[in-house]
Amino acid sequence: MSAFKDPFDPAVKLGPCACGGHASQHEHDAAAAVPAAASDDLYSHFVESAVMRALFPQDGARRRFLRAVGSGTALSAISALFPLGVAKEAFAQAGKIEKSSVKVGFIPITCATPIIMSQPMGFYGRQGLNVDVVKTAGWAVIRDKTLNKEYDAAHMLSPMPLAITMGVGSNAMPYTVPAIENINGQAITLAMKHKDKRDPKQWKGFKFAVPFDYSMHNYLLRYYLAEAGLDPDKDVQIRSVPPPEMVANLRADNIDGFLAPDPVNQRAVYDGVGFIHLLTKELWDGHPCCAFAASKEFITTAPNTYKALLRAIVDATAFAAKPENRKQIAEAIAPANYLNQPVTVVEQVLTGTFADGLGNIQKVPDRINFDPFPYQSFAIWIMTQMKRWGQVKGDVDYAKVAREVFLSTDAARLMKEAGMKVPASNTKKFSVMGKEFDPAKPEAYLQSFAIRRT
Amino acid sequence: MPKSRNLAAALLSLAIFAVFVGAWHIATLPTAGTVMADTEYAKLLGTEAAGGQKSTVPGPKEVALNMWKQLKDPFYVRGTNDQGIGIQLAYSLARVGAGFVLAALVAIPLGFLIGMSPLIHQALNPFIQILKPISPLAWMPLALYTIKDSATSSIFVIFVCSIWPMLINTAYGVASVRKDWLNVAKTLEVGALRKAFTVILPAAAPTITTGMRISMGIAWLVIVAAEMLVGGTGIGYFVWNEWNNLSLTNVIFAIIMIGIVGMLLDFAFGRLQKLVTYVD
Repeated sequence: MSAFKDPFDPAVKLGPCACGGHASQHEHDAAAAVPAAASDDLYSHFVESAVMRALFPQDGARRRFLRAVGSGTALSAISALFPLGVAKEAFAQAGKIEKSSVKVGFIPITCATPIIMSQPMGFYGRQGLNVDVVKTAGWAVIRDKTLNKEYDAAHMLSPMPLAITMGVGSNAMPYTVPAIENINGQAITLAMKHKDKRDPKQWKGFKFAVPFDYSMHNYLLRYYLAEAGLDPDKDVQIRSVPPPEMVANLRADNIDGFLAPDPVNQRAVYDGVGFIHLLTKELWDGHPCCAFAASKEFITTAPNTYKALLRAIVDATAFAAKPENRKQIAEAIAPANYLNQPVTVVEQVLTGTFADGLGNIQKVPDRINFDPFPYQSFAIWIMTQMKRWGQVKGDVDYAKVAREVFLSTDAARLMKEAGMKVPASNTKKFSVMGKEFDPAKPEAYLQSFAIRRT
Repeated sequence: MPKSRNLAAALLSLAIFAVFVGAWHIATLPTAGTVMADTEYAKLLGTEAAGGQKSTVPGPKEVALNMWKQLKDPFYVRGTNDQGIGIQLAYSLARVGAGFVLAALVAIPLGFLIGMSPLIHQALNPFIQILKPISPLAWMPLALYTIKDSATSSIFVIFVCSIWPMLINTAYGVASVRKDWLNVAKTLEVGALRKAFTVILPAAAPTITTGMRISMGIAWLVIVAAEMLVGGTGIGYFVWNEWNNLSLTNVIFAIIMIGIVGMLLDFAFGRLQKLVTYVD
């Protein structure tokens, strides 16, 4: 149904219904009811159209007015009077890219797959962008370089933009997650000497590493330990160690294990220093991990660049979600310029056919998966855990922060264009280690844990 | 006999090197491990792990081969994050150079002032004493936050670390110019500026260049750590990137290169020092 005519075109006649494409309002309603989730574009045209129709009940008058002043003047005159913000955004959609050379920072882990692969595989190029993907040493540095605007957008752990927005661990700055990079794809790896200690209850006194304080890794490890009755702050030690240093530390016996992003887990197996105890998928199937993050400032000052970038990421994610493409991706991202890992390690992570370090070959095709949709319930869960472990104190307006940071609307529209299935709702219920989480009742969920810092 | 001693010293150096490489070679010889029956599983692992072992430190032969491979093509560019060792060293040297020159521009005039005026010396002394022992890397988070540019931040860190030896040595050199010479200058009624350039500067030059030499040594130590922290480019980033890949052959190669460049820098300043030293 492409009959949403441009109301600012003097040559177009608006019909008797709201959009002008139907013989009557009744017929319009019937047609509109079919594609219930009309995209933002169509929606804003609808708004403009309605405004024009209200201003000029007689079509002849509207056309004369437009011929006299031109559509640009008409639009600015009307924008001054009406909140046409939504409409303006729709016009920008087709607009020029403000900044074709873009810098995106990443940490060399497989979570960054869509961000990285988009360069060698040409997803950025197809959107008319010249993107430099820059390898960065750690999460604190990537945060600072993004806050500095050295990077236009970056690969971050999905809790980081929430923490930055709330001003936890850095100055508050409005930050956004337009897309999730990957789901699942993490694992708990233990040193070889703990081969027989597969029950977490035996882990008292262990030293663990996680990539960052504000990471899914930290929250999932704490959750797992707490479910086994261990207090993560008292019974074990959890340190924040950059992923590249984890295997070296495990080898040197400085730590007993880690909950880390891949390829670190697989690399520990490859080097014979550890084994994969469990995949995080077994704790929460479909959990988010890393995010594609951009400052609110970037997405408002360079909206077209932002959209092109997001479109590239969403397209790449759609490509990566198909198992048959994984081998090809592994080859593209393994070289020194990107992950700098042996191809077989990356391939084992992406294809899910991997050595577990104990002599078995496991086949878990969704060991890592790719789904860009930033469910707001993910954000709410993350905030409950931030509060649970004392990173955030006091009241949190869960729904508001989630809505402002996890931009599901943009992702939904682009996913639709990329031919992906778009979820019907921004929130969903899920369960972590068998316990259901209801995003509508975060406080009750938080209070239900025996071990917590609140 | 200095000539025969030179020869003996060279032979002894060679012998020490041979012993070291031999010991290294023996220490890294692969130990026989259990061979895995399941070849399909073994294919998914590294060579040592497939033999039921932890991966090991590379031997001298592997390192030498890798060195040859890297040195054959030092200026390749395979994307933003993968560039040859020559380019990485050039980045590091440029940063060290920029930070060092800036530090010299501040430290030498300020050192002159401190050396010539006991009042200023006493007034500035507490600040110098507090700032001097701070590890330059501790400035990094603050620098990143305030300067808002990682390349400039690393130059700033080099500036901060190389300023103190130059400042203190200049002040000391200027303060300890022989009184006779100053008195002679006074009797000849030499102007202040002329006195500074024709009497004090040549007299203090050896001490000042010693300060510069120490500063350069420290700057070269610090740049590696700074680049490992910030990443992007430079020899420190190269080390970090290869650590990320647990490629010890490349890390050892980088260590050797850092040593060689550091030695050359020190040698250059040593020559400069000789040039400005005079014999009474």
